[in-house]
Amino acid sequence: MLSSYIEIKNVSKKFKNHNQEFDVLKDINLEIQKGDIFGIIGFSGAGKSTLIRCINRLETISSGTINLGNHEIDKFSKKEMNLYRQKIGMIFQHFNLFDSRTVYDNVAFPLEVSGKSKQEIKKRVIEILELVSISDKKDFYPGQLSVGQKQRVGIARALANNPCILLSDEATSALDPVTSLSVLDLLKDINKKLGITIILITHSLDVIKYTCNNMAVLEDGLIAENGSVRKIFAKPSSETAKVFIKNNSDLAKFDYLGGSYGI
Amino acid sequence: MTEFLAQVFSAEVWGYVLPATWQTVYMTAISTTITICFGLLFGILLYITDKDGLHPSPIFNKVFGAIINSVLSLPSMIVILLFLPLSKMIVGVSYGPKAFIVSLSIVCIPIFSRMVENSVLEVAKGKVEAAKAMGASNLDIIFKVILPEALPTLIRNFVVLTITLISITAIAGSFGAGGLGELAVRFGYNRYRSDILVAVIIVLLVVVECLQFFGAFISKKILKKRHLV
Repeated sequence: MLSSYIEIKNVSKKFKNHNQEFDVLKDINLEIQKGDIFGIIGFSGAGKSTLIRCINRLETISSGTINLGNHEIDKFSKKEMNLYRQKIGMIFQHFNLFDSRTVYDNVAFPLEVSGKSKQEIKKRVIEILELVSISDKKDFYPGQLSVGQKQRVGIARALANNPCILLSDEATSALDPVTSLSVLDLLKDINKKLGITIILITHSLDVIKYTCNNMAVLEDGLIAENGSVRKIFAKPSSETAKVFIKNNSDLAKFDYLGGSYGI
Repeated sequence: MTEFLAQVFSAEVWGYVLPATWQTVYMTAISTTITICFGLLFGILLYITDKDGLHPSPIFNKVFGAIINSVLSLPSMIVILLFLPLSKMIVGVSYGPKAFIVSLSIVCIPIFSRMVENSVLEVAKGKVEAAKAMGASNLDIIFKVILPEALPTLIRNFVVLTITLISITAIAGSFGAGGLGELAVRFGYNRYRSDILVAVIIVLLVVVECLQFFGAFISKKILKKRHLV
């Protein structure tokens, strides 16, 4: 139904707070290719979360357009919107699993929402739990899982409806380096196996370096620069990118984080 | 002392107390049921129409909130008197347990509505956001996410509501509702029958303790099942 080619054109977003307007996103232009793993990096408050939420319209944009293949997402009716969202998975920093549901039922939720039959749900849930290798925990409640397992369930839940895009909102920020690495490996694996376009936001350069092909640097609501990860690492032009890369190599000197990410 | 205790547990005293207990239970049970239906509905309405809610409707929310607050701010005694004529229209009488069910429900619905609103507000925003991101409709979000997630808190609030209702039936008792409240006023206060008063207190204590115990037990059981405690 939808192609994964995303085009963000002249997108701006204003927030109103106590009659004062804030520009959270200013004239954003981005193109993300089908099957890409695209990273968006920036400091806290740069507008990363808002930008990623504009893609599944958890946030509405103030001006500009976002196109997905031939579809302009702001033209969707509420019903179309829900169908569209079923085709875009999202994972979160704090997992947002439902404590009232077992692992199985958490993954079944998006399928229930999209009106699948009981048999279809069962088949798909088992299949997808296998993919993220957490089948043995299917009758557990989220309260019984470790953070790494929780994020695996989060990924399974996001993938249940065969999405064409996976949005990752700081999905590894709450994980320790080793677990974080295994989750990133899983994302890469999924990208390769299923060809899903992944857009991830992070404030960790290691995550970008390890996972992404292309990246954008967000600075105060503006795209400071974008392009291939290789290019930006070799020759950063924006202030934010320079600061990130400098801090990153300082740390690498002490063989700290750098080591665990295989750099 | 032993004589007095023997009097408290005598057949004569319980001849009065048991029917009154039944009346109180009857009033409480039916009012609670009505209150739960409307309280859940109103509480969820307040939650979804909030400006950050699932279906923002600020004007409705303000007006509806103001109505709820105005009933909340009146002393329950006054609300009971105020709505007795309405009871008469609905049930046909203005005395006895049946007549007071309407008034009691009206006293309690605003209380429980706010309790429901607070319970569902405690469900983490991220869970609602996740459900939205998966393309869930508002009905799905309410019935499959918010209510199940808030269930343990809802049960505890439900117990508090029932206990409040029992104490309000006592107030209604002094206006002719019957039940333990009326017994306490008519015999315990007006006729100096402290034996009946003590028996009424014993029944109330036992009922409230049992409710509290079962409420906490069920709520805890759910939390344990979900491994949240």
